[in-house]
Amino acid sequence: MMHKREWIYGWLFLSPALVFLFTFTHYPAVTTVISSFFSTPKGRRPAKFIGLENYQALIQDDVFWKVLLNNFWFALGTIPISIGLALLMALWVNSHLKGKTLSRVAFFAPTVLPLIAVANIWLFFYTPGFGLIDQFRSGLFGLPAINLLGNPDTVLAAMIVVAIWKEAGFFMIFYLAALQSVPPVLKEAADVEGASSFYYLRKVLLPLLMPTTLFVSINAVINSFRLVDHIFVMTEGGPDNASSLLLYYIYETAFKYWQSGYAATLTVVLLILLSILAIGQFFLFDRKIHYK
Amino acid sequence: MSANKIRLPTFDTVLNTFAMWFLAFMWALPLLYAIWTAFHPAAYETNFVWNAPLTLDNFKSAWAAAPFARYFFNTVLLVTMILVCQFVLCTLAAFAFARFEFPGRGILFTLVLLQLLVMPDILIVENYKTIRALDLVDTIVAIGLPYIASGFGIFLLRQTFMSVPKELDEAARVEGTSFLGILWKVYIPLAKPTYLAYGLVSVSHHWNNFLWPLIITNSVETRPVTVGLSVFSAIDAGLEWSVINAATLMTSGPLLIAFLLFQRQFVQSFMRAGIR
Repeated sequence: MMHKREWIYGWLFLSPALVFLFTFTHYPAVTTVISSFFSTPKGRRPAKFIGLENYQALIQDDVFWKVLLNNFWFALGTIPISIGLALLMALWVNSHLKGKTLSRVAFFAPTVLPLIAVANIWLFFYTPGFGLIDQFRSGLFGLPAINLLGNPDTVLAAMIVVAIWKEAGFFMIFYLAALQSVPPVLKEAADVEGASSFYYLRKVLLPLLMPTTLFVSINAVINSFRLVDHIFVMTEGGPDNASSLLLYYIYETAFKYWQSGYAATLTVVLLILLSILAIGQFFLFDRKIHYK
Repeated sequence: MSANKIRLPTFDTVLNTFAMWFLAFMWALPLLYAIWTAFHPAAYETNFVWNAPLTLDNFKSAWAAAPFARYFFNTVLLVTMILVCQFVLCTLAAFAFARFEFPGRGILFTLVLLQLLVMPDILIVENYKTIRALDLVDTIVAIGLPYIASGFGIFLLRQTFMSVPKELDEAARVEGTSFLGILWKVYIPLAKPTYLAYGLVSVSHHWNNFLWPLIITNSVETRPVTVGLSVFSAIDAGLEWSVINAATLMTSGPLLIAFLLFQRQFVQSFMRAGIR
């Protein structure tokens, strides 16, 4: 009898959250896949089943491949550098250096700012001829004005810098939490043994921080697919889609060109990519257990 | 351990200190720069002299050029609504996962965790269809709905609730307290730090959110500040940078000031929310 009652209460407490969770996460994930096999409804013409036509269009869509490649470079450019800097920041902030509190504020501040606001500030930095970067270049080195955001070769790098600036301080927090749980005995033992701080970092700290690094990496990868706000303000994906990312392309397809069928197909690609990452995460967490 | 000996800083320490200061300065530069331009007349945008006159005109022009008061009202309403709903829904769900045995618990919890990966942020196309079917396009409620059942929140609270000693729970049950009473009197008070941590993370996340609100709103009455700011700075009316930067600071201002005042709590909250 008691058990029956527990069941009912468990389900009762759970149901409000589940209703919303299913409506806005699981249901749309499933309908995305279904919609990808249908044409976009237009006016009085309802969506009709077209099989794999959307996927054929996808394979032949140069913009899709370009955006996917952009996303790959964006991830590759942001993830290692922001994680490396995050670790460095955490080590500094966790030490006894002068000015560490102020530095912590500086490192973490970008995390609480809206990306859209941040993009406005950086847009001004990058303004050709007038922005701070060009002022600096011409003032110190007499170099001519450059248009970093207007050039397809440099625009993605310019965006990567913004993303690193925004994210490193956030990742620092996870390292900081991990560092504070490292027993101080280890450092004392290393000192007694006469080990250099570099040796201690490489042989003791880094292995201990490995689970954190894995966790942060997964977060960083997901973020590299999710963070697109800055594109709206800085480039709108241009020039010639050189700075567009997958989620931004989905937005454009669905809400600028109103091709919701094709946008669903693009979303399926994004979901598949994330699922592959999820499986990766599962295996990484499996490895994490060995560290403990 | 000779405490009274004067210890000169080693070369290593000096090097690290300067490197840290340099990086911190680089990190603060964009923000400091925005503050500089926002508080000085446009003529001093790139002219850094110490005696440049201070002014609040940029803020006045920005405030007058767009309905920011309304945008702020919308954002505050949105963030509060999301937070209250998240607290209620996630608390109940976390309690169910932490303290009840029922069929399907394992699989349902996996489905909850799935949201950490497949976030509503990504499912914009289908969620837009749902909101349209509910006839809620261009409402503040619609901005919040996809986020109020947060997988992250349920996970975080469940972890906290699981660490509550079973004896406290059983003692209350023996006294005949109802389940909701136990939740209210035993679990929630013990989870206060988690609520603070989750609250700060949630508020800053939804204050800053942009893509979904951009899609689902199209009028002044519903737009949050982030969308308002993008609409404002997109008008090609020869706006001064100093005015745009003033607007930029304004929209992030409340969060930034809260962060500077309570930066220790902020950092600790984000740390707490990040530890699994």
